[in-house]
Amino acid sequence: MTSVSPTRPVLDVRDLRTYLVTRWGTIRAVDGVSFALNEGETLGLVGESGSGKSMTCLSIVRLVPRPAARILGGQVLLDGDDLLTKTEAEMQAIRGRRVGMILQDPMSSLNPVFSVGMQVREPVASYHGLRGRSLTQRAAALLESVRISSPLERLRAYPHQMSGGMRQRVVGAMAIAAPPRLLIADEPTTSLDLTIQAQYLNLLKDLQRQHRLAMIFVTHNLGIVARMCDRVAVMYAGRIVEMGPLRTIFREPAHPYTRALLASVPRLGTRTEQLTAIEGQPPDLATLSPGCAFAPRCAHATGRCRTEAPPPITLGSGHTARCWLHAES
Amino acid sequence: MSTIVVPEVAAAPTVERRGRRLPVVPIAIITVFVLAGVLAPFLQLADPLEQSLRARFRPPVWDESGTWAHPLGTDRLGRDMLSRIVWGARVSLAAGVLTVLLATAVGAAVGLVAGYYRGRVDAVLMRATDATLSFPVILLALILAVTVGPSFTNVVIAIAVILWARYARVIRGQVLTLMELDFIAQARIAGAGATRIIVHHLLPNTLNTLVVLLTLQIGYVIIVEASLSFLGAGIPPPTPAWGGMIAEGRDFVTSAWWVSFLPGLSILLVVLAFNLLGDWLRDTLDPKLRQL
Repeated sequence: MTSVSPTRPVLDVRDLRTYLVTRWGTIRAVDGVSFALNEGETLGLVGESGSGKSMTCLSIVRLVPRPAARILGGQVLLDGDDLLTKTEAEMQAIRGRRVGMILQDPMSSLNPVFSVGMQVREPVASYHGLRGRSLTQRAAALLESVRISSPLERLRAYPHQMSGGMRQRVVGAMAIAAPPRLLIADEPTTSLDLTIQAQYLNLLKDLQRQHRLAMIFVTHNLGIVARMCDRVAVMYAGRIVEMGPLRTIFREPAHPYTRALLASVPRLGTRTEQLTAIEGQPPDLATLSPGCAFAPRCAHATGRCRTEAPPPITLGSGHTARCWLHAES
Repeated sequence: MSTIVVPEVAAAPTVERRGRRLPVVPIAIITVFVLAGVLAPFLQLADPLEQSLRARFRPPVWDESGTWAHPLGTDRLGRDMLSRIVWGARVSLAAGVLTVLLATAVGAAVGLVAGYYRGRVDAVLMRATDATLSFPVILLALILAVTVGPSFTNVVIAIAVILWARYARVIRGQVLTLMELDFIAQARIAGAGATRIIVHHLLPNTLNTLVVLLTLQIGYVIIVEASLSFLGAGIPPPTPAWGGMIAEGRDFVTSAWWVSFLPGLSILLVVLAFNLLGDWLRDTLDPKLRQL
């Protein structure tokens, strides 16, 4: 609708709601999340732990933890196809082929009892219908594309014989085997050490360019966001509280939470006695007040903030914030 | 001038390599009994069923009045003890292995399904497991023996019907931990279905546990089978079964000790060997399984 791009977005998420039904009440893990993503574009999904970033990603591929979590509403349009109306069998054909995903923990994301080759060959065989030598060739080429040297030998190795960074590259190779239209990377570098992180991020960027992937990049590292993403969505308590182009979010953050988040990043070259922290605790999602979820921690909160939840307010081209402070302007 | 004192190199700390050395003795014992059992028909032994009342209660060969005609003596019907123990090994080991395989298959399937699907499926299967675990094996076997009649098949079924529950318990627990690991999530993301994940990802990762449990349980099953045969609810006579042989000899322990003692010793050796082998496998394959 507001999208300037004439092409249809690869992914269009509309009013997605995923609730967790627990003994302590219903938790609105994803509460009306909407965003669209074009070919070759990267959306950074940031927010603190428990803000619903991962749950949003899992909802897109319909892999929310059962039976507690339920996707209760909304649409997830992948190239115009609503994934939420698909059968489980149809979803299995979509996962991997049209949506790839990379998870956080490289130590456990490969099956320890099978060789890397067996695991890389598997998606290649099922997506491309290859067998025998051509299959091995293709698997090796895939490993080479994620910059693993002597890939033919590496195919024979077992996961425990590889380093974390290498394993994560293997997982990346498997995720782009199809290649998919959409790649979801859920904190893929969190458990890698810093030098490897930079390498891996460059690799992801290259793969994205090569295959024109739409990418969702989940992280709580704003430095990585700045380097990887075209647009940023800031999540808080299951909602996108602010979304906009990368520069706008970093230069003119509109939501008090985004501002606080940016302020809490230590800067090189400046002497700071104490790091800025966001006062208060993240909200208990089971007992949310009807108002803005950030109100209890917000310095600018008014009476209205506590009683009425703000809708997304458009501030500029593609820039929205859910905050009453901007309602008047 | 100060002299540099080179500290004496401390002896490399001897890492306790527990459970690494091949358990030669248990393997030897098991091999001997397995070979004896398998090769029983070809060993040119006396017929284990042939009675000779004149030759009853012959002592073993190392006794003063023993002869090489019956190296381990004869029982109260004059049947050759060596031959009966060898044929008994066949019965005991076959019962042990078959029962454990059956129980493993059922138990692993139940554990994998319960752990994978969680929720209601898990609740139903695990309550069934609890119920099964609370049922005494011997009682079930006695009921089967009384109602259907004692037989080798019934013994295997009776024990397996109870034993699977242990496997189900352990495997379910392990599956629950495996399910939290990212490679399962990664497999789903790649489009793998339930069957594929259970067979391809979960089962291979529980094989270590299964093998350890299997070995440890063979000994247990042999004891249960012997107890059942002892009580007359197991392998029916005249088929030689170690438990039954102990029962037959118990009235003559003071006069002819070997009739009960030798099959008892066989049970002891085999069960001990399987337990030691199982312990070793556990320590070698997965030290985290100490609680088994």
